Amino acid sequence: MNTATQIFDDAEKGSSLWHDAWLRLRKNKLALFGGSVLLFMVIVALLTPWIAPYSYEAQNLDLGASPPSAAHWLGTDIFGRDVLTQIMYGGRISLAVGFIATAVALVIGVTWGAVAGYVGGRVDAVMMRLVDILYALPFMIFIVLLMVVFGRNILLLFLAIGAVEWLTMARIMRSQVQSLRQQEFVEAAVSVGLSPAAIIRKHVVPNALGPIIVYTTLTIPSVMLLEAFLSFLGLGIQPPATSWGLLISYGAETMEEYPWLLIFPGCALTLTLFSLNFLGDGLRDALDVRGSKD
Amino acid sequence: MALLNVDNLSVSFVTRNGTNKAVDNVSFSVEERQITAIIGESGSGKSVSCYAMLGLVPSPPGRIDGGTAHFQGQDLLALSEAELRAIRGRDIAMIFQDPMTCLNPFMKIGDQLIEPLTLHKGLAKGPAREQAMALLDEVGIRDPQGAMSAFPHEFSGGMRQRVMIAMALINEPKLLIADEPTTALDVTIQAQILKLIAELQTKRDIGVLFISHDLAVVSDIADQIVVMEKGKVVESGQPKAIFDNPQHPYTQKLLAAIPSGQKAADTVVPDPLINIENLRTWFTPTAGAAPVKAVDDVSLQIHRGEVLGLVGESGSGKSTLGRSILRLVPMTGGQISFDGIELSALEGRSLKQFRHRMQMIFQDPYASLNPRMTVYDTLAEPLLLHGLVNKAGLEQAIRELMDNVGLARAFVRKYPHEFSGGQRQRIAIGRALATRPEFIVADEPVSALDVTIQAQILDLLADLTKEYGLTMLFISHDLAVIRQIADRIAVMYHGKLVEEGATAQVFETPQQDYTRSLLDAIPGANAA
Amino acid sequence: MLRFMFIRILQALPVIFVVITATFFLVRSAPGGPFDQEKVVIPEVKQALEAQYRLDLPLHEQYLAYLGDLAQGDLGPSFKYPGRSVNEILFAGLPVTAELGLYALIIALCIGVTAGVFASLKPNTAQDYVPMSLAMIGICMPSFLLGPLLVLVFGIWLDWLPITGWGDIPGDKILPAVTLGSAYAAYIARLSRAGMLEILSQDYIRTARAKGLPEWRVVTQHALRGGLIPVIAFLGPAFAGLLAGSFVVETIFQIPGLGRFYVQAAFNRDYTMILGTTVFLSSLIVFFNLVSDIVAAWLNPRLRQQFQGGGS
Repeated sequence: MNTATQIFDDAEKGSSLWHDAWLRLRKNKLALFGGSVLLFMVIVALLTPWIAPYSYEAQNLDLGASPPSAAHWLGTDIFGRDVLTQIMYGGRISLAVGFIATAVALVIGVTWGAVAGYVGGRVDAVMMRLVDILYALPFMIFIVLLMVVFGRNILLLFLAIGAVEWLTMARIMRSQVQSLRQQEFVEAAVSVGLSPAAIIRKHVVPNALGPIIVYTTLTIPSVMLLEAFLSFLGLGIQPPATSWGLLISYGAETMEEYPWLLIFPGCALTLTLFSLNFLGDGLRDALDVRGSKD
Repeated sequence: MALLNVDNLSVSFVTRNGTNKAVDNVSFSVEERQITAIIGESGSGKSVSCYAMLGLVPSPPGRIDGGTAHFQGQDLLALSEAELRAIRGRDIAMIFQDPMTCLNPFMKIGDQLIEPLTLHKGLAKGPAREQAMALLDEVGIRDPQGAMSAFPHEFSGGMRQRVMIAMALINEPKLLIADEPTTALDVTIQAQILKLIAELQTKRDIGVLFISHDLAVVSDIADQIVVMEKGKVVESGQPKAIFDNPQHPYTQKLLAAIPSGQKAADTVVPDPLINIENLRTWFTPTAGAAPVKAVDDVSLQIHRGEVLGLVGESGSGKSTLGRSILRLVPMTGGQISFDGIELSALEGRSLKQFRHRMQMIFQDPYASLNPRMTVYDTLAEPLLLHGLVNKAGLEQAIRELMDNVGLARAFVRKYPHEFSGGQRQRIAIGRALATRPEFIVADEPVSALDVTIQAQILDLLADLTKEYGLTMLFISHDLAVIRQIADRIAVMYHGKLVEEGATAQVFETPQQDYTRSLLDAIPGANAA
Repeated sequence: MLRFMFIRILQALPVIFVVITATFFLVRSAPGGPFDQEKVVIPEVKQALEAQYRLDLPLHEQYLAYLGDLAQGDLGPSFKYPGRSVNEILFAGLPVTAELGLYALIIALCIGVTAGVFASLKPNTAQDYVPMSLAMIGICMPSFLLGPLLVLVFGIWLDWLPITGWGDIPGDKILPAVTLGSAYAAYIARLSRAGMLEILSQDYIRTARAKGLPEWRVVTQHALRGGLIPVIAFLGPAFAGLLAGSFVVETIFQIPGLGRFYVQAAFNRDYTMILGTTVFLSSLIVFFNLVSDIVAAWLNPRLRQQFQGGGS
C-alpha cells in the first residue's frame, strides 16, 4: 500500500532521549576518556592469549626479579616471569569477575525490584523485608566465612559477590518502578487497557533503565575491588591463576626491594577503576536530565 | 518621583545552546504606595527582570547587558554585591510563589522569621522574637507563639504564605516584590492572601511589584499594569485602560483568553449514561491509621451528551472521583454503573474490553506521555490494542487523529520533550479519542497551561465534544473555566458532594455557603 | 520518636538472630574440624577433646546450648588457644580496632565534609574538579594498595613514619588510620557534594539570599543542615565497612586488632572464635546502622513529627 507509507514520508525526524543523552555524553571528556580506556582494557584482555609477549608459565630463574627493561617492559618477578604478561592474564580474571558477578547481580536485582515495585502491597513488603535483613547483615564477614568454609571455588566467588551487590540493585529498581507507577503515563496505559505485563515491558522498564545502567557501570568497579580484597587476603583467586588483587598482594610483600611489582599491577587496577567510575559518572549526568519541561 | 524606576533593562542567559535574551530593553516603574503588576506568560521575562535588579540571577549563565534601576536615588544595577545585600531584606523584600519550597524545612519558623531583623537591624534575639510575633498576628496567624516554634510543613499553603509575607515585611521595606504569590494556592485562599497584601500595602505605605500570569487576579488590586511578552514590554497603563481598550495584539489575545461568559444553556435531556451511587473511595496510607476519605458517599448522575463540571479545591476528592469511575483506583464501597453495566463487577478481560468506551485526559501534559514513545507510538497503542484498525489502516487513523486535534502531521515521529505544553496536551487528547470512547474524564486538562494556550485547548475540547458526541466529566478548580464549558456543575468539598445544578443556576443562585465562598473568590470582578 | 526507635530495634533483632544461626550452621557444615590439622592425635584423646567442646552432641543440641551461653554473654572457649575464652581474646583486640576505626572515621569526616562542601560551592570549576578528582583516587585505590604505597613512600623511602605496631612508637597510628580512612573520606566527599548541590538548588536558599544574608551564612545556617543528612545516614554503613577494612589494614601494619584475629580464626577453623567474633561484630554493625538511621530520621523535622504521632 503505497499511500500508507507516503502519508508520513515527509515527517521530521524526532530526537529520542537516548539520542540526547548520547550527545551529552560525547561532550563529557572525562567520561569519554574512561570509556576508551575501558574499551582498551577489555580488548587487550580478550586478545591476551595471542598478544601477550611471553607465555604465562614462562619462568627465567636465572634472571629473577628485574626492573623494567627493553625485553621486559614492566620488569620481572622473583621467578623471572614477565610482569606485563602477568598483568594481562590477571586482568582477564579480574575483569571477568567484575562483569560476570555484576551481570548476576543485575539479573537478580532488577527482577526482584521490578516485581516488588510494581505489584506493591504485601508482596512488596515481604520482598523488601528480606532485602532489608540481608542488607543489614555484615556481608564482608560472611563472604570471608564462605570462602574459608567452602574453599576457593571461582564459581562460588562469583555467586558470593553477586549475592552482595544484587541488594542495592533491587532497591534502586524498586524505587524507580514505584515512582514510575505513579506517573500519569502509566495510569494512562492502564486506562487504555494494557495488561500489567505489557505496561511493565513497554512503559516501565524503558524508563527505569537510566539509573540501572548508571548503577551497573558503578557496580563493576565495586565488584572488582571486592575480588581484589578477597584475593589479597588469600581467599579469592588461587594460584596458578592470577588476578590483579593477587599480584598486588605479592607485590606488597616484596615492595621494598622490588617496588615495580607493586606499582604496576596497582596502576592497572586503579586505572581501570578510574575509567569505570568516570564513565559511570558521565552516564549519570547524561541520563539524569529528562529532557526539557515547558 | 517614582519609588522604583527601571529603564531599558536587558538580561541574557549564556548557555551551551546559545545566548538567550530573556529581558530586552524593559522599562517600568512603581510609584510610592501603589501596586504595579507585571503580567506575562512563561518565558516572558517578568520574573527575571525583578530578580536581576536584586542580583538574584546566578551570574553565569545570567548576564546583565544594560539598563538602570533607580531605587531611592541609587542605581541598583551599579551597586556592589555587599551594597545590594544591605538593601535586600531591608529596603526591598520579596515573596515567592511556592511557600512550601521557599521556607527552610529544617528550620523553625521563628528562627527564619527573625533573621532579617537580627541581620539588618542588629536586634538581639529577644526583642526580635517579640516583633516577629506581633507581625505574625498582623498577617492573621492565629497562634503566634506556637507558630514560632513550628516547622513549615506543619502549616497549610495559605498560612505559609502569610509567614512569608510576615518575613518580608518585618524590616518595614519600602518596596515589596511578589512573584506569583497566589498561583500555588487554592482559589478561596488566593482571595484571602490578595486581600491581605492589599491591606498591608495601604497600612504600611509600601509600593508593591506584583508579578503574575493571571490578568484577572491583578485587575482587582493593581494601580498600573505592565504586559510583557518574550522579554519585551508590549503595553502598560491603568487597568481600566488596558481592559477597555487594549492596544497591542498580545494584550488583546490575553484578554480574549480569560475564560468568560457562560455556555449556551441547552437543556440537558436527563438520560444518565453514568450512575454513581453512594461511592466511597478511601485510602489507608499506613496500616492501622485512620483512613483518608477521599470520596465519601457521593451520588451523582452524568447524562449522555453533557459536559458535567466537577469543581473543588485541593483535597476535595474531585480527581479521585474521576479516577474511581475509570477504575484507576479501587472503590471502597458503593456502585457505579455505565450504560446499565455495573463497573465494579468487571474484571480482567471484560474490564479490558470495556475500557475503550471511557478514557481520561490528565493534568500534566508532560507526565501523561511516555517520554520514550513517539507521537506515532502513543497514538497507535490504543488503536492496535483494541483491534480497531489493521496495519494498513493504522497510518490513516493516526493521520485523522492528528488532524482532529490540530497537530501538524510532520511531527509524528517526534518525542514528547520536543513539544510545548499545549501541543503535548493535544497528543494526550488524541490518545484519549483514539478508541472512539463515549465518555471522557478530563482532569484539570488546562490548569498547567499558559492562559492563551488554555483558551485554544478549551475550544478544541468543546468542538470535539460536539463532533464526537462525547459525554464529559470536566474536573477543575477554576470556576471561570468551568462556567465556559460545562452544562451542569457539581461542587465537592472534603470528599462530599455539596451542590449540584445547571451552570447558570449555580452561578446566579448558589444554595450552599461553600459554593458562595467559591464564587466570591473568583478574581477579576473588575474585569468583567 | 520513641515509637520509631522501638520499631527499628525490633526490626534489628531478627537480623542478629539470623546472623547467629546462619554463621553457626555455616561454620559447622564446613569440611574439617578444629582438631584435624593438629599433629596426629590418638582417637581417644580426640574424643575426649570433642566431648569437652561439646562436639559429640547432635548439631541442634549444640546450637541450643550455644544460644543459652550467648544469652548469658558467654561466647565460649577458644578452640585454638586452650584456656582462653573468646570473650577474653575479643576484648583484648576490641579497643585497638575501635581506636583505629575512630581515628579513620574522624579523618574521613574532616577531610570528606570539608572537601565536598568546598567543591559544591563552585560546581564545574577548578574548586570542584581538584578535590573531587582526589576523591576519585581515594575510591579507586583499595586500602591494600594504598597502605603498602604509603608505607613505601613515607616509611621506607622518606623514613618519616613508623610502619608497624600500634602504640609502640609515637606516630605509628598515623599511616594505618590514614589508609583506612582514605576511601571513606572520598565517599563522604562525594556524598556531601551531592547533598549540598541538591540543597543549594532549592528555592529556600534563594529566599535566604533575598533576605540579604551573606553567602557564608546561607551555606552554614541554611544549606548545611539539609545537605549533610546523606552523610549522617552513611555513617552506619561506613562503620560496617571500616570494620571490614580493618582486616586488611591490621594485616598490613601488623596491628593486634579484631580483624586480624578474625581472619586467623577463619583459617584455623576455630569455631567458637569465628562464631563469637562474627556475632559480636555483626551486632555492633547492626547497632551502628540503627543509630545512624535514627539520627538521620531525627534530623529531618518532617520525619521526626511523623514518628511522634503529630504533624499535619
